[in-house]
Amino acid sequence: MISIDSIRRENLKKMPKFHPGDTLEVSTKIKEGDKERIQHFSGIVIRERGCGISKTFTVRKISYGVGVERTFPLYSPSIAKIRLKQEGTVRRSKLYYLRERKGKSATRIKVKKR
Amino acid sequence: MAIGILGRKLGMSQIFTEGGKVIPVTIVRSEPAVVVNKREKAKNGYSAIQLGYEENKKANKPLKGYFKKQGITPKKYLREFRIEDTSSYEVGQRLGVDLFSEQELVKVSAKSKGKGFTGVVKRHNFSGGNASHGSMSGKVVGSIGQSSDPSRVWKNTGMPGRMGGKKVSVKNLKVIKIDKNRGLVFIKGAIPGPEKGLVVIQKKI
Repeated sequence: MISIDSIRRENLKKMPKFHPGDTLEVSTKIKEGDKERIQHFSGIVIRERGCGISKTFTVRKISYGVGVERTFPLYSPSIAKIRLKQEGTVRRSKLYYLRERKGKSATRIKVKKR
Repeated sequence: MAIGILGRKLGMSQIFTEGGKVIPVTIVRSEPAVVVNKREKAKNGYSAIQLGYEENKKANKPLKGYFKKQGITPKKYLREFRIEDTSSYEVGQRLGVDLFSEQELVKVSAKSKGKGFTGVVKRHNFSGGNASHGSMSGKVVGSIGQSSDPSRVWKNTGMPGRMGGKKVSVKNLKVIKIDKNRGLVFIKGAIPGPEKGLVVIQKKI
């Protein structure tokens, strides 16, 4: 008997480990006509949700003074690469409080000590 | 009705397209069903094929006798599929997931999840009353009709009662993927019934 869990696990690729509070650079493939190019989006992970193939994570950055959040499906084939830029220490799993912050405190998170 | 296969609902998952789009799918596992009998128009008044699904170790004597006559091991489920032309099917022939192809539209039938005795808000989509402000009509039935004329309750008036546990069919669901080796069908969206429940997938007419 095949279990549903084994089928769900089949398409899981090996992805870099990261947590909320970490700073990432996510490279996504973008198709324009028949050309494909890579776009980078870097910011702080403010949320992880779901598990297995349906897991998603949200990255927040401040772009020209405007907060921008992007949610990516972790196992999406359009994600070319995830680079862990910096590990952060946070005490929450959802960093929604960053949305209310302004200026420097909106983008700075305590760096994890090795 | 058209020809189809039997299977069991495994559960839901999702599939990514190459462009990165997410398609929600329900996975149905299907062992090949066996043609147990054929119904002929001349003999039975209608033409159909009878499919048997899953081995039955607890078959009683009359059932065992029936299967012995057909030369097939006893099966748990028997389902008839009405089709006009039964000549291309033989007793003992197996029908598996390769009956369908990817991107094909299918009809899926199953017994829906039993909800027990439910009220009208859940069963007939009545709008409930006020939950607060001293209102005492949260999820009540309300009026069920008029007064001395007609002096009775109209037929098909929505009332509380048993809900679910009935055959539900959904038409035009798309087959996203087929795994012939393991007998898996990936159907876009949700399908009726509980996990591990028996599912009938039919060709679109």
